[in-house]
Order: sequence, then structure tokens, then C-alpha cells
Amino acid sequence: MSSFTIASIPREELLAPGHRMCQGCGAAIVMRHLLKALGKDVIIAHATGCVEVTTSLYPETAWRVPWIHVAFENAAAVASGIEAAVKAMKRKGLLSKEKRVKAVAIGGDGGTYDIGLQALSGMLERGHDVLYVLYDNEAYMNTGIQRSGGTPLYAWTTTTPVGKLWRGEWRRKKDIIGIVRAHGVSYAAAVNFAYITDFYAKVKKAAEIEGPAFIHAYSPCVPGWRHEPHLTVKIAKLAVQTGTWVNYEIERGTFRVTTPVPKRLPVEEYLRLQGRFAHLTKEEVDTVQRMVDEDVEYINRLAGTVVIGPVERKS
Amino acid sequence: MASLPGWRTLPPGAVILEPGSSVRYKTADWRTLRPVIDQEKCVRCRICWTYCPEPAILELEKPYTAKSGRTYRVTYEIDYDYCKGCGICAEECPVKAITMVEEVR
Ligand SMILES: Cc1ncc(C[n+]2csc(CCOP(=O)(O)OP(=O)(O)O)c2C)c(N)n1
Ligand code: SF4
Ligand code: SF4
Ligand code: SF4
Ligand SMILES: [Mg+2]
Repeated sequence: MSSFTIASIPREELLAPGHRMCQGCGAAIVMRHLLKALGKDVIIAHATGCVEVTTSLYPETAWRVPWIHVAFENAAAVASGIEAAVKAMKRKGLLSKEKRVKAVAIGGDGGTYDIGLQALSGMLERGHDVLYVLYDNEAYMNTGIQRSGGTPLYAWTTTTPVGKLWRGEWRRKKDIIGIVRAHGVSYAAAVNFAYITDFYAKVKKAAEIEGPAFIHAYSPCVPGWRHEPHLTVKIAKLAVQTGTWVNYEIERGTFRVTTPVPKRLPVEEYLRLQGRFAHLTKEEVDTVQRMVDEDVEYINRLAGTVVIGPVERKS
Repeated sequence: MASLPGWRTLPPGAVILEPGSSVRYKTADWRTLRPVIDQEKCVRCRICWTYCPEPAILELEKPYTAKSGRTYRVTYEIDYDYCKGCGICAEECPVKAITMVEEVR
């Protein structure tokens, strides 16, 4: 696993250029590497959302693998059907029994935390051999930046505006991997492309495991997060370095942090690059810091040791 | 006006039969800044290629010998047909071999 380096990334591109994802879109980076890690023997069911609409402007497509455009709420259900169909084809001798064709569902945070949650739960409960990939840009971006269950505290969105009474989102981000984990799945992991070899190791493992697996991919969004397009990867890295995002995996019940952060940076360094947090007062930044501290404590408890360290302030 | 395929010529069920056909749509005119790679400075670390969202950086089997005498097996080149000018490549290049210059058309 550790022998996989940046030099091992396959050269072949399975996501074609010409797609209409924004300049500097994080989701585009997620999709490019997701496909490289999975290889060609996949069939994808893709919930509507930014990636889906920008890659399939009829009559053209950016996908170089079999791919189905589904509704907003049913990616997991369609992927379950694909898996059942592949099984049936093998049974009927229409497909070699040795051929491994992986069914993959892809959804955004709106499509996963909110409207697709029931389909996802059903897929996990029934135990389908499907990999579900959530690309999380923390709001409904395609329809104009509405908040979702994945939107973080204080983030500005068009439905959590900033004014005298409202200070952006007032609820905390839902623990989606916690929900998935409660179904007793074999594999669930959080990935961040700023740590690209970790990203590949986890996607490959998730695809190889028989049974339902879940990947939660961090996915910055230029207009939605109101950040400069050249900062996408920098912000992704800062998310990990501040402890805002933790790279971990749960493999058959065993929890492991894959990117330890011995010394954390203050969360302010992450927040200040994003216009969606530009309205935050000093007190509000402190509140976010306390929330991250709590989350980190929880992670360390699960890990059974301090893998994410305390905040170190540059003086 | 360019002629679009009529409904009679399209396969039913909105099936698209040609993988990766989005390449027909060039996104070059989205760009206001243009990345330029200094091949002398580039150490072939693959980072810009990894992080381009399009992808619009080509990894070519094109050997290159720098003035220092150092020889490289590959060359990274920007595909200006698709580069949207986000600047991620220039930001992430560890040796600052990429500069963003104003796009003049
Ligand atoms: C049932 C239904 N409700 C609403 C929509 C409109 N709609 C399409 S995409 C989208 C937002 C998707 O948000 P998310 O899943 O977070 O993906 P993103 O666009 O952020 O990548 C919405 C509301 C729809 N297509 N179907
Ligand atoms: S709105 Fe955000 S997620 Fe959607 S294409 Fe643009 S950058 Fe990507
Ligand atoms: S500026 Fe952006 S789109 Fe253009 S080559 Fe660099 S990373 Fe790719
Ligand atoms: S990031 Fe810089 S040094 Fe590395 S391959 Fe690209 S241009 Fe060359
Ligand atoms: Mg979203």
C-alpha cells in the first residue's frame, strides 16, 4: 500500500476534458483520480448535481466508462440494480464469472446526506457489492448554493444568509460516516486529494472489498466557498492540517487515522481563505476552533491514542 | 449556423455512444490567465499534472535535456485547448516553474 507513489498514478485519462466544471473545481480533481483508481471495469450510477450536469451535456459526455445519469435521490438504488444485473448476466452465462465489474454510485452532499439517504441506507442494509462515493462540496452547488446536511457551522449559503439575525449555517455538519458505519459496512473512509496516495489506497481498497463500501471525498467549490480558483489544493491541505477534515478509514470495524497530524494549525488559517466564512467575528472563529477541538478529541478517542495533536500557534 | 443532429439521428433513450466526446468542446476561451511552463526549471515531479482539474496538462514521452546536462524522459505541456486558467498548477509547482501570464487573444 505504501509502495503507491505519485509516479504510480496511471497516465490514461478516463474523464475527458471539455467538461464544464468551474475553473479550479475540486470535484473535477476527485472524479479524475477516482476513475484512475477504479480503472475501466466499472458501471457508474450518478446522482444529479454539479458533476453530473457538467459532464453530460447531451449529446456529449466526458465519461470514458459506462455511466448512467440517474435522478437526485436514487444513485444507490440504481447501483444496487446494476450489481443485481451483473450477477444475473453471470448466472445466465452472458458474462464470464471471473470478470469483476464493480457497480459504483456517485452523489453530492445534497444527494447523500439529505435526499439520497434512504436509498443509501437500503443499499447498505441489503449488502450490495457497491461502492458509494460521496463528493462533498458542503452545499447544493448546482442549483445555486443552498445548504445541506453537509454544510459546516457558520458557512454562508443562499439559504443560510448573513445579516443581523443570521450568521450563516447554525447547525453542525452531520457525521455521515457515522451513519454509514452504523449499518455495519466492511469499509468506509474519508479521503482528501491533497493526500493523493492515501486517496488511491483507499479507493482501491474500497473497490476490492466485496460488499458495500463508502468513500467520503473532500471537494472544494470555487463559487460556493468563494475562494480563489488557484487555492483549491492549498485549501484541501489546510483542511487536514487544521484538523477540520480527518483522513481515516474503518475497515471491518477497525478505526484508523491514515494522515496523522502531530501539530495542528489554527482553524482560522483554513477559514480565512474562503469568502463563505468572511463574516466571522473573532468569537465565532473561536467557536469553530472549539468545535474542531471537540471533533478531534472524538477522533483520538476512536483511535485510542493522540493521532491529531494540539493546535500550535505561530508566534 | 452549425447543424445540430436532429432527433431522428439520435439514439433513443438519450444514450451517448461515444465515450469522452466532450473533447469536441474546447474550454480555452474560459481562460484569462495562461500558464507557461519553464522547461529548464521543471523537475518533472508530476504535481501540476496530478492537480489539473480538466485535465489540461499532457505528460508526453518526449525526452528533454536541460542546460545543466540533466536529461528527462518526459515533458509536461499545457493543452491550451482545454486549460481554463485556474492557476492551480502554478500555485502547486514546488520549484515555481509555471508562471501565469495575461492571455492575449
Ligand atoms: C427530486 C429533485 N429535487 C431537486 C432537484 C434539483 N437539483 C438538481 S441538482 C441539485 C443540487 C445537488 O446538490 P449536491 O448533491 O450537493 O451536488 P452539487 O451540485 O453540490 O455537486 C438539486 C437541488 C432534482 N433534480 N430532483
Ligand atoms: S459550482 Fe463548485 S462543485 Fe460545481 S462545478 Fe463549480 S466549482 Fe465545481
Ligand atoms: S491553469 Fe488550471 S486548467 Fe490550466 S493547466 Fe493549470 S491547472 Fe490545468
Ligand atoms: S509541478 Fe512544476 S516541476 Fe513539477 S512537473 Fe509541473 S512544472 Fe514541472
Ligand atoms: Mg454539493
